Amino acid sequence: MNELILSVEDLTVSFDGFKAVDNLNFYVEQDELRVVIGPNGAGKTTLLDMICGKTKPSSGTIRFKNRYLHNMIEYQITRAGVGRKFQNPSVYEDLTVLENLDISYPKKRSVLGSLFFRRGSEIVGKIEAVAEQIYLRDQLGTKAGLLSHGQKQWLEIGMLLMQDPELMLLDEPVAGMSAREREQTADLLKRISKGRSMVVIEHDMAFVKMIAHKVTVLHQGRMIAEGTMEQVQADERVIDVYLGH
Amino acid sequence: MTFEIFMMQAFNGLSLFTILVLMALGLAIVFGLMGVINMAHGELMAMGAYTTYATALFFEKFMPAAKDVYFLVGIVLAFAVTFVFGLALERGLIRFLYKRPLDTMLATWGLSLILQQVFRHVFGPKEVGVPTVSWLQGAWAPSFLPNASFPLSRIFIIALALLVSFGVYMLLFRTRWGLRIRAVTQNRTMSGAAGINTERVDALTFALGCGLAGIAGSSFTMLASTGPVTGQQYVVDTFIVVVFGGVESLLGTILSAAIIGQLQSTFEFLMTGSMAKASILLLVIVALYFRPNGLFSSKVRR
Amino acid sequence: MGNGVTTAGGSVAANGAKAKRTPVEWLKLFAIPILAVLLLVIPLFLSEFRLNLLAKYLCFAFPAAGIVLIWGYGGILSLGQGMFFGLGSYMMAMYLKLESTTSDSSAQALSEFFGSNLPDFMVWNSVEALPWWWEPFHHAWFALPAIIILPALIAFVLAYANFRKRVGGVYFSIITLAFSAIMAIVIIGQQGVTGGINGITDFKTFFGVSFEAEGVRTKLYLATVLLLLAVLVVGRFIVRSRLGKILVAIRDREDRVRFSGYDPALFKGFIFACAAVFASIGGALFTLQVGLASPSLVGIVPSIEMVIYAAVGGRLSIVGAVYGAVLVGAAKTFFSENFVEYWLYFIGALFVIVVMFLPSGLAGLLDRFTRRGANGNGAKP
Repeated sequence: MNELILSVEDLTVSFDGFKAVDNLNFYVEQDELRVVIGPNGAGKTTLLDMICGKTKPSSGTIRFKNRYLHNMIEYQITRAGVGRKFQNPSVYEDLTVLENLDISYPKKRSVLGSLFFRRGSEIVGKIEAVAEQIYLRDQLGTKAGLLSHGQKQWLEIGMLLMQDPELMLLDEPVAGMSAREREQTADLLKRISKGRSMVVIEHDMAFVKMIAHKVTVLHQGRMIAEGTMEQVQADERVIDVYLGH
Repeated sequence: MTFEIFMMQAFNGLSLFTILVLMALGLAIVFGLMGVINMAHGELMAMGAYTTYATALFFEKFMPAAKDVYFLVGIVLAFAVTFVFGLALERGLIRFLYKRPLDTMLATWGLSLILQQVFRHVFGPKEVGVPTVSWLQGAWAPSFLPNASFPLSRIFIIALALLVSFGVYMLLFRTRWGLRIRAVTQNRTMSGAAGINTERVDALTFALGCGLAGIAGSSFTMLASTGPVTGQQYVVDTFIVVVFGGVESLLGTILSAAIIGQLQSTFEFLMTGSMAKASILLLVIVALYFRPNGLFSSKVRR
Repeated sequence: MGNGVTTAGGSVAANGAKAKRTPVEWLKLFAIPILAVLLLVIPLFLSEFRLNLLAKYLCFAFPAAGIVLIWGYGGILSLGQGMFFGLGSYMMAMYLKLESTTSDSSAQALSEFFGSNLPDFMVWNSVEALPWWWEPFHHAWFALPAIIILPALIAFVLAYANFRKRVGGVYFSIITLAFSAIMAIVIIGQQGVTGGINGITDFKTFFGVSFEAEGVRTKLYLATVLLLLAVLVVGRFIVRSRLGKILVAIRDREDRVRFSGYDPALFKGFIFACAAVFASIGGALFTLQVGLASPSLVGIVPSIEMVIYAAVGGRLSIVGAVYGAVLVGAAKTFFSENFVEYWLYFIGALFVIVVMFLPSGLAGLLDRFTRRGANGNGAKP
């Protein structure tokens, strides 16, 4: 049994009285690839939002390694080793793929550091390696805004790879992708999950089967089932909630 | 400071408040709805004032017998003229700059410069004033405050401002149109999906905001004379009132106008006019630092 | 897109190798040297009067260049750069005024007559003693660094404090507007110690050199050009650095930048401070060239005018800001000499037209004559 890298306890957040996440307990082990599924509005994205600092919880704790994230702000959480990919691809449209990856490099993030930063061979090597992994090796000079939807998703994953976080949070990495792209993404995720902990939100069950170690099912802000894909798919409550999915 | 002076001071603050409130309401509604600040808002107020002036001239020339009525006609005309202009402005300029609030500020600033020059060309560079109608001349000297006197004209515009504010409230919260405006303000995409014609809402709301500025201008003629640059003098104050009051609630705007209007006339009493203005601005900026979403924002964003 | 100073077009491989450039791209690469040549050659063709005018216009290129940085690259629309221009202008004026009071013979005669050492306008306003905050400006070693440091500090604090609180674009613009209004109001109101609406004028010498001396005007012009080129080089360096890319990222997706591990408030504060320094230098040079520090260059109207210089040149083009400032400045002179009433129509229309139809300014127009290929062209505002 591996050590826990993420412990979420009694986490609650309410927006004007509506509890998006309700006393949730959620634990992720080191090097685990956990998939979170659930119907729309179950609180999956909100959970990720709170872990990475986008939303502040109303109560509860979030512990990452030995730090409490719920009191930190976004860039601090990022620097602590948590990376987030958003549901809608969030890349820097006006910068090239190369530049997107470059500024995701986790060094020299201060004002002076970035002013006098020289792109040395080490970082160039890393950029090229990452670009290779995300199938964008030939697109380094292209402005990110011109990439296809799927390519933007990959770029965002690439930016995360540059950051090299210990915990990766991916929100619907294959949304809007073709079948072929999904396969490629599944390969990609399997490759990059080695030596990394990941929490992935997905709706595509076939995709989930390809990558998950363990699956958590959320519904109305609470966890209703957890286990391997087979266990979860056989669970009565889950079937209920998904209406025969 | 005697009680009378205090009352008159408060009254002066109230008069200033009426102008600010009408201007700010118009701007706040538009800002809340579309996120745009119309830098020509002051010129719209001046437009309203000039319209009232033109009405006065017209009546004097062609219907001198009915000249006591001119002021009411002037107010209505001021609203109408600025409303229509606002409609044209929204359709002709603002709507092309929708996702670009900063650019809207610049474009409307350009418009304000053009309007100022138009005023100068049409009405001359000197300030113009309007005659006070007979039924508003004189003052109210209440028996319980023997040394105080409150000019009727100012009482009228305060009443007008209250009436108009009430009207705006009714419009926004008790009519279908108001519902649509509020819906689009809160969630544009959903409102569009629910079948609300957001373009029409934008155009009419913007025009309404301009119309309110027009009424403010009309009221303003009872306080002071109007010149081509009068609008610009009130514009910064209006922005500050709107920003300070927050765009979450109309009450916030009204209260913000009241506070700032009252503070300003009090400060003016205590120090020179220019330092009063500077101090108010500074005070509000500092207050904004502690409450970046305005005075009455309920949601404190993280 | 008006990429006046960022990477030239064509595919860029990771090691930086570039594909073939078009003529316009060459123009852009050498924009600064080309400008330098133009500015250094022109004095040969202009009368002294016209040269003075050009020098004056160039002073406004400084704040305009700063606006390109904060607005074009940083997404911050400051409607109050006049505040920093004014700071530089007035600080230089204070130094020059005190220098003339102590060194000039006619000023000395005046002070002997009135029995005090104060600048003339203070004497006229019955000011008793020099305010404490005037004192340090007796010394060049204070005044000159202050012109750079003070605006930088104020700007950084102002910007950082606000952006830490995640104050939005429009709100911040209004705050800058208010600040420049406040500064103008205070200067005009405190006539005794600031010269009021007439400003501070009547300088005789600077650093011992008389303004009337032979060739001084030309030397001032050259100094202005050199400083301007230096500012442009610095600006370009910033834009091309990683910091420049981060700024663009912040402009377009500030939220996401936090998740790349950056604190956007620091970066915005930094670039705002840079723009303030540029504006301040411009103001100081203006005072030297024109011999005046005036509140009419501090408030809302001049501040917003500075934005149009940047907009005309192209909000992403630092070099474009110079052309914008000179063109609009020349237009202003033209109108004030011939059609005074139509100036407001002209500049008002300029605002509307540039914003609506030419969001990338003249630099953007230039771009339309190139084939942009893989790097795309969307005219983004």
